[in-house]
Amino acid sequence: MSRSSGWAREAIAVFAKDWLVELRTRVALGAVVLFAFTSVVASGFALEPPSGVPAEVKASLLWVILFFAAVAGLSRVFVVEEETRTADALRLTVSPAGVFVGKLAFNTVLMCLLCAVTVPLYLLLLEAPVRHWNLFVVVVVLGSMALACATTAVGAIVAKATTRGALFGVLAFPVALPPLLVAIHATKAAWVSENGWRVATGDLQVLTGFMLVIVPASLLVFEHIWSE
Amino acid sequence: MSNIAKALTGVWIAGVIAVAFLWLPPAQGFRSPEAARIVVFHVPCAILTFVAFLLNAAYSWGYLRTREPLTDAKANIAAELGMLFAVLATVTGSLFALEQWGSAWNWDPRETSIVMLMLVYAAYFVLRGAVEERTKRARLSAAYALLAFPAMVFLIWILPRIVESLHPSNTLFSRSGLDPMYRLTLWSFFAGLLAVFVWMFRLRLRVEIAETRLRQQMSREPETTLTGAKR
Repeated sequence: MSRSSGWAREAIAVFAKDWLVELRTRVALGAVVLFAFTSVVASGFALEPPSGVPAEVKASLLWVILFFAAVAGLSRVFVVEEETRTADALRLTVSPAGVFVGKLAFNTVLMCLLCAVTVPLYLLLLEAPVRHWNLFVVVVVLGSMALACATTAVGAIVAKATTRGALFGVLAFPVALPPLLVAIHATKAAWVSENGWRVATGDLQVLTGFMLVIVPASLLVFEHIWSE
Repeated sequence: MSNIAKALTGVWIAGVIAVAFLWLPPAQGFRSPEAARIVVFHVPCAILTFVAFLLNAAYSWGYLRTREPLTDAKANIAAELGMLFAVLATVTGSLFALEQWGSAWNWDPRETSIVMLMLVYAAYFVLRGAVEERTKRARLSAAYALLAFPAMVFLIWILPRIVESLHPSNTLFSRSGLDPMYRLTLWSFFAGLLAVFVWMFRLRLRVEIAETRLRQQMSREPETTLTGAKR
């Protein structure tokens, strides 16, 4: 069997193992979804009536909520390995690339689940005026994927640090900021612009380009983070 | 740096400052032509900020390749100096923005990117503070610096292309951009500031090396250092 399919198989195994563990404990899922749910409900309650709030504010608020919800849970997938002392076993059996790609896939799926729960609720409670539905869905999917790509390697760093506390948010913010800014810009375009697709084309390109740059960069440094 | 070089740097910078305030003509076309002189000091600080940022990334990469503790120290020093010059560039830029555009902060793409750069440095220092063990700290902070690098590249080179900027682009090297007198003064000040940068860098490195030696001695002969501390 070739080398590339070797790490792909390892990545799938890591991904399946992490979801099995997650579905047994539901720590990351619970943290992420509950954080987002609470913030959405609080915003909806505070911004009553929502029709008076400009769409720009609503678009920014949506991504701020998604980012902090991601911060609440995306480092979990690495922290749990250190807490249960299973990291060494994983290091012995799986190549670093396999571990990283598996955990990245886990985080991406987690972000997509988070969006599937949070975004409809947000649109409902805050009466967001969506004009271009296709564009909005594309922006949410690409944006949440980019957030997962930006923060997965940071999660690995945080899991190795002695004091984890609030470290993940502090470290993740600068790295996640470019996709966050671009996603807010594109969301505004999907909600209020006449010709949303034309306004947001550049943003979608930047989101894709960002992922194409940050994932290889993460892979490159991950080996140094992961191996002792 | 020898004493002569230090003295020369001092005289050079004093001379450039005198030129900037006494001989340089007020820049016509600005709202307050006299205040536009600050550009001469602002731009070199901004350039040095990015030089320090590149140095930090390069030393971080070097550390991961060689695992040489001194390279990690250099990466840290580059980040410290980068933070210092980022603050200087932001303050001088804000003063000029207040004079020229009527508000100290406009969320111009370059303003945004320098704030983000300072956030990256701040996060880098927080991470260094959060890890006790030295080799682990060096490894993790180098990895973080290299992760933040592509994100910053996006903010610095791609964001200004999407959002409109108040800053002019392409003025430093093109003939039409900046008055020759201004360009000359600006790059002269840059040369002086670069010398200060190198000086500070080497001073900090000497402190770092001395600290390492002290630590090694203390771990080797605990009794003598204890009595030494009492005296």
